[in-house]
Amino acid sequence: MRLEPVADPSALRRLGLPGGAIAATIATAALLALVAGADPLATLGLIVEGAVGSRLAILETLNRATPLIFTGLAVAVAFRARLWNIGAEAQLYAGAVMTVLLGATSWGAVWLQLPVMALAAIAAGALLLLGPVLLKTRLGVDEVVTTLLLNFVMLLFVSWLVEGPLKDPAGMGWPKSVPVERDLRLPRIVEGLRLHWGFALALIAALAVWVMQTRTVLGFRIRAVGLNPQAARFAGIPVTRVLILTALISGGLAALAGFSEVAGLKGHLSRDLSPGFGYTGIIVAMLAVLHPIGVVLAAVFVAGIFVGADSMSRAAEVPSAIADMILAAALLYMVLALLLTRFRVVRG
Amino acid sequence: MTTAGPVLRLDRITKRFGPLLANDAISLELNAGEVVALLGENGAGKSTLMNILFGAYVADGGSITAFGRPLPPGNPRAALNAGIGMVHQHFALADQMTVIENIVLGTRPFTARQRLAGARARIARLASDYGLAVSPEAKVGSLSVGERQRVEILKALYRDARILILDEPTAVLTPQEADALFATLRRMVAGGLSVIFISHKLHEVMAIADRCVVLRHGRVAGEVRTAQTTAAALAALMVGGEVARVSVPNGTRGASLLRLLSVSTRGASTATGLRGVDLDLCAGQITAIAGVSGNGQAALAAVIGGLTVPEGRIEIDGAPAPAAWTPAAALAAGIGRIPEDRHREGTVADMTLAENAVLETHGRPPVSRAGWMDWAAATGRAVRIIAAYDIRCPGPDARIRLLSGGNMQKLILGRVLEGQPRVVLANQPVRGLDVGAVAFVHAALVAARDRGAAVLLISEDLDEIMTLSDVIHVISRGRLSPPIPRDRATVADLGLRMAGQGLDRAA
Repeated sequence: MRLEPVADPSALRRLGLPGGAIAATIATAALLALVAGADPLATLGLIVEGAVGSRLAILETLNRATPLIFTGLAVAVAFRARLWNIGAEAQLYAGAVMTVLLGATSWGAVWLQLPVMALAAIAAGALLLLGPVLLKTRLGVDEVVTTLLLNFVMLLFVSWLVEGPLKDPAGMGWPKSVPVERDLRLPRIVEGLRLHWGFALALIAALAVWVMQTRTVLGFRIRAVGLNPQAARFAGIPVTRVLILTALISGGLAALAGFSEVAGLKGHLSRDLSPGFGYTGIIVAMLAVLHPIGVVLAAVFVAGIFVGADSMSRAAEVPSAIADMILAAALLYMVLALLLTRFRVVRG
Repeated sequence: MTTAGPVLRLDRITKRFGPLLANDAISLELNAGEVVALLGENGAGKSTLMNILFGAYVADGGSITAFGRPLPPGNPRAALNAGIGMVHQHFALADQMTVIENIVLGTRPFTARQRLAGARARIARLASDYGLAVSPEAKVGSLSVGERQRVEILKALYRDARILILDEPTAVLTPQEADALFATLRRMVAGGLSVIFISHKLHEVMAIADRCVVLRHGRVAGEVRTAQTTAAALAALMVGGEVARVSVPNGTRGASLLRLLSVSTRGASTATGLRGVDLDLCAGQITAIAGVSGNGQAALAAVIGGLTVPEGRIEIDGAPAPAAWTPAAALAAGIGRIPEDRHREGTVADMTLAENAVLETHGRPPVSRAGWMDWAAATGRAVRIIAAYDIRCPGPDARIRLLSGGNMQKLILGRVLEGQPRVVLANQPVRGLDVGAVAFVHAALVAARDRGAAVLLISEDLDEIMTLSDVIHVISRGRLSPPIPRDRATVADLGLRMAGQGLDRAA
């Protein structure tokens, strides 16, 4: 068996196969529920209800989607240039640390201090990815390894911060940092509802990335470098500079997830600020085929599965770990469907 | 093996890829105890022929007989089972395994213990018989390139190969390693084995081969015994030049636009670098670089295209070139470049025609302003090129991957010439193109010359050079001959120079 490229995929191929992937995901979820000894249809119903069944559920899903949009965008931007940033988790924490450092005390007008906090967070995340990229472009060090390992370095650094220099004296011994000033929290979009302005910022970021990719010289160059670095170099595109700019944007976007989680939701830094948002961002980006608007949809979908499964497991005897398995299945089916959109399997 | 007659016979092998006739009734015979060299430029049909022999392609016509028995087409194992082994340019070895493990990998008997016990003695005997010294317990990853090649040869011999095919075996070797390889090959043929030696290094072919089969444009251009020929004659066979031709009238020589003064490059591990090259490109002239491939053409193109910063001096209009000599600097200096490999360097396959059309010019107006792309302008440029260069395509928004080689090359040609470059670097501009596209590209280059551009044509085809050029340099082992006006050039003289004669003695 071998794969043969399909020159011009038909509409049926381009829509039917991803549709089939979604159907297969639902079937897998039902099967998993059956294995766990529950009624499949009822379980699926509970997941959907928990994700989008009420205003509260929808807001919770969007809240959970916010950091995933940022990390998903970070991964999508980097992967376009074939820069394999697996370190969105570390960049998220870098942004969170900077947010606490600059937001623990009030030192200026809110309209000044809050943007400065955000920009500092972006800078911290960007700088964290700059190292691996310079190692890649100068010495050929594989960025998959360096960015992945930096995640653990960063997490240990955060552990030290919340146990030591940044430890909250009023925290009753819990390993968490001093809180961000009340005035410096991101306000709710609608008063009284839990959704904060971080979500709006994420949507703006997605739009900005989309415009950058489709309308600017940099976006064109990132695509050329990702698709054929040799031809890009021959055509006079400064490949190294493009990779560095890509890294700065990607690291900055991931750091905004940390900024938004700390300033918008948690109010402080802790070791469990992110339950793997950086890694889930890779799934989000892949499901979205690296398209920034798709990232928003994929992030909401993924967040919905998590929130829905949490809610379902409270009501039924099915563990919420089912969410991870559903997502894994969804990713595999989608990647396979997208492959089969562009290639057909030929025997012999 | 007591078969009478040739051990391997390829009979009228024909293979067609679309409009391109890659192999046109190629016949080849190999006798026991003989080294036959298969000579030919890139694209002459050598790889296609070997891929047919090893079952990767099925020929459209012709047949293969090995040791008197027909070889079934399209079966990769058939050639191996018939006793034919191949050593590729890029080795297929597992770095983390030892030499012995690599050699027995995939052979019977299956259990590791049985295999290694019997194998050790056999490998030791093969190694001493043929002078293939290599430590059997060493990890392949720790071996030099020459040693790895010996492992590959041992691998083939261990599988009872009686015919060994070596694909450009010396391309990666030092001269000493190459000498050791030749000693091994002589012992092998003395022991009754047969060797097909694929190369385009003429002096090696003269040294090792009994017979040479020269391919050109998919056909057998000639078959000669090395004892009865010269390197120069082989070069002439490879690149052609006997055919009667109609030459383009000469251009009018203008001012010097680009000059290289004692330019040298350090060759990458396998490629030939330049050694003290002087070159003067004048307006209104097509200057051709003739030579057998692998003699420094790639390095020369990289220097002029801005991809390599050489030692020595580059002058543009008499002034030194920018110190930061990059592709962008070369473009800014008015050098238009048609790359040798249009797939790898010339185009981005998954981008559209419009995007490929502005790949070099997207950074400045009218295609972009202050960092913002103007896609209407980019599409407009693509539409103009499509019309002016008669590119057959679905439209400017189609991915360039869908185009034929000729149409892809026309887009590159349009991209280069639309900018009215003062210097045009055309590196193998018609390789792999059909006759119509070749004529089109040639006409465009002559037109560029006639409007006052300095054209540098790097080609392995002497016919092309003798038809188009005003001045010819021959490149051989990184050195450039003095300029020879076309009217005074003879095929015999160029062939001698290509073979490196008259250069090394002088140096």
